[in-house]
Amino acid sequence: MTLPADQPRAAADTLRGGPRRRSARTGVPLPLLIPALTGLAFLIVPLIALLVRTPWHSLPEQLTSADVWQALRLSLVSATAATAVCLVFGVPLAWLLARVDFPGRGLVRALVTLPLVLPPVVGGVALLMALGRNGIVGQWLDAWFGITLPFTTAGVVIAEAFVAMPFLVISVEGTLRAADPRYEEAAATLGASRFTAFRRVTLPLIAPGIAAGAVLAWARALGEFGATITFAGNFPGRTQTMPLAVYLALQSDPEAAIALSLVLLAVSIAVLAGLRDRWMRAG
Amino acid sequence: MTTRTVRRIRRPLQGAAVAAAALLALSACSSSGSDSSAKPDSSGSGKLSGEVTVFAAASLKESFTTLGERFEKKHPGTKVTFSFGGSDSLAASITGGAPADVFASASPKTMKIVTDAGDASGAPVTFVRNELEIATLPGNPHKVSSLEDLAAPDLKVVLCDKEVPCGAATQKALDAGGLKLTPVSYEQDVKAALTKVELKEADAAVVYKTDVRAAGDKVEGVRFPESADAVNDYPIALLKDAPNTEAAKAFIALVRSAEGQKVLSGAGFLKP
Amino acid sequence: MTETHPATGPSTDGLDARLVVDRGDFRLDVALTVAPGEVVALLGPNGAGKTTALRALAGLAPLSGGHLRLDGTGLDRTPPEARPVGVVFQDYLLFPHLTALDNVAFGPRCQGATKAEARAQAAQWLDRLGLAAHSGVKPRRLSGGQAQRVALARALATRPRLLLLDEPLAALDARTRLEVRARLRRHLAAFEAVAVLVTHDPLDAMVLADRLVVVEHGRVVQEGTPADIARHPRTDYIARLVGLNLYRGEADGHTVRPADGPPLTTTEVLSGPVFVAFPPSAVTLHRDRPSGSSARNLWRCEVAGLETHGDQIRADLTGELPLTADLTTVAAAELGLHPGAEVWATVKAAQTHAYPV
Repeated sequence: MTLPADQPRAAADTLRGGPRRRSARTGVPLPLLIPALTGLAFLIVPLIALLVRTPWHSLPEQLTSADVWQALRLSLVSATAATAVCLVFGVPLAWLLARVDFPGRGLVRALVTLPLVLPPVVGGVALLMALGRNGIVGQWLDAWFGITLPFTTAGVVIAEAFVAMPFLVISVEGTLRAADPRYEEAAATLGASRFTAFRRVTLPLIAPGIAAGAVLAWARALGEFGATITFAGNFPGRTQTMPLAVYLALQSDPEAAIALSLVLLAVSIAVLAGLRDRWMRAG
Repeated sequence: MTTRTVRRIRRPLQGAAVAAAALLALSACSSSGSDSSAKPDSSGSGKLSGEVTVFAAASLKESFTTLGERFEKKHPGTKVTFSFGGSDSLAASITGGAPADVFASASPKTMKIVTDAGDASGAPVTFVRNELEIATLPGNPHKVSSLEDLAAPDLKVVLCDKEVPCGAATQKALDAGGLKLTPVSYEQDVKAALTKVELKEADAAVVYKTDVRAAGDKVEGVRFPESADAVNDYPIALLKDAPNTEAAKAFIALVRSAEGQKVLSGAGFLKP
Repeated sequence: MTETHPATGPSTDGLDARLVVDRGDFRLDVALTVAPGEVVALLGPNGAGKTTALRALAGLAPLSGGHLRLDGTGLDRTPPEARPVGVVFQDYLLFPHLTALDNVAFGPRCQGATKAEARAQAAQWLDRLGLAAHSGVKPRRLSGGQAQRVALARALATRPRLLLLDEPLAALDARTRLEVRARLRRHLAAFEAVAVLVTHDPLDAMVLADRLVVVEHGRVVQEGTPADIARHPRTDYIARLVGLNLYRGEADGHTVRPADGPPLTTTEVLSGPVFVAFPPSAVTLHRDRPSGSSARNLWRCEVAGLETHGDQIRADLTGELPLTADLTTVAAAELGLHPGAEVWATVKAAQTHAYPV
């Protein structure tokens, strides 16, 4: 692997000296340690590069712009709403996949994970065809309720939920499979219906998995670009989330784009770190 | 030779309004084709070979693809590879070191990014111009006849974002007409704006005339006078680090030749 | 299975079931009749189908055939949550996120009690089981014995007509087991409806149950009171469980001839197929062939294995007749017993017990 800048290479060199000494002490095998640290560098170096190239002098000016806060607020609100949508529909879906043996379950599971591999832009077009004003479902929403989703904040939430839901479903299903189904049986022998057993026993038992899935989904929704811009368009304050603002700023003003990215990064790190602390205290 | 030219020319002219124009283009092309091919051929018929990489604005896709095929026919042994995209992202990849021979941009502003970075060889030249049109749903159900009509409250209009060339041009046209317009969305490029109308999610979009032409009967174009104030120049330039300079020069020559201009005007572009 | 027991009266009260469950190659087919107030233990080796039978009773495994009636009501098609059945699971399955009190209140709450009512009932149950001090504690902070009692309280709080206990003492260590077993016996004795427990431990079964039903390979091989079964085992498994040497043979007067082995002399006078049983303690070992022994049963054996059994040594013997013998450590030392050693074994006829098959 080639490291792009001198600085990371120097960093890698100092690391190489350090781990060897440490491996002698703690017995971390080198064949694991070296790829692990390379992987870490691979993830961290681009972020460092972003920090290095940040136009710090113009940052205060960039960040005090009302547009930035508008986009940030919209991003946070829509990502949180999308996570809520994922929870409401995704947790029962995960339960169905984990606990009910129905024909074609493997196929359904594959379909659920499809948005993971689908290019988000294609996902956005698919959403337009389904829920757009002229879509196979959307035309009825429009005709019966007068609801059109594209170009609205609700559209942003739907696009984000579409790409984020698989993360939640996979995470929750995994936790459900690992959880002992006999607790549900115990609840049944105590007179609990399947739904009561799910609500009062299973749900609290898999809460950590749900939280982990929700955080993944939230993070995915926060960074969502392709499906959002395709399905919901781009209008400041209504559908222009941070990633869209970053992309469009990049067209003419890369410095502004970096500044915006930095804000997004800082907010995500703050939220994820905050949640992690809470889990550790709970666990 | 003649039959081959006929076959090749049919594609770009698909959907052209007048059959006579096609005939005209046909005769013009066969003659000018031999004209332009004479030059590169004389500069060394066995000399041109290898791959030519052309970075071109998305709106040039149809016409440049045709020209690329012609170029390969004229110069056996060459291969034209295109990368079509938003002019800004293309400019960014060129300044970022992407190996390309030719850059054809949809705006002088994006070309300036490349020339400012010292990545162009020689001064860029304008080879076509593009003007704006309103794309409406087929049959123009909302009876849009002017830029002003787009301000109607229940009309869903999408515009290109001001950061991209078509958006900047739209803004210029709106300013020229003293109009204010609140769209439902500022799309990230002209194709995205057009797609919204094609999918009937939006009622109208302000896009390039070439895009309306390329969309065929999926949209209907409406011309408006303010577009005259927002005509976009398309510059083309040879790149400094071009791996295949000679072939690149020949391709630029083809684009600027009468034959190339016919293909481009067939797609709806204006002459420079 | 031909024995009579209190449950076969004309009354429709109690449990009347024939449980047939097909699971691949395995087929469970067990008939079970239990009167109210009676405690029945399903005893059998691992894989015999005991737990499947229990799950079928609880409605957690569907019946492939047979019937299930409790107090005259058919339950074959009733889902588990609608059956008046309480279950104490092997590892208790106390809900880890709820306190002991809320675990016990879970059942009443599902049956429609308000939160306050359910908690009041739960508190009473915990109190009755001596757990009032632990009501606010989460299951992971309870000792094994306490957890078992909370599980019992949780099952009882739904006021079941059928109480099922799956290996109720298996998760406990030896010391707490003794105390918990005695306590559980008192609680079960006080329980007025049908109780069925599943265990592979004969001692648990004999202490806790009024009647044993021995299941092997999905079938009932024997049932009766603990004393009955201990005296008259009908399979090797039961004999080993109750610690008896058991042989099957043809009786002719005082002599019983096993199919492959030397004849045994008994006190009973019988004819036809019989079982002969005697405890390991009835066996006396000698280094040399005893000359003046009055024992009628004398066999030449080889020591196959030795193990400590309480303060005794249990010797596993092969040879003319496979058997186990118990002797004191002193006696074992004097005899110089070691695996491979040759010994003579004697059993007095008076210490054997023969009974018809």
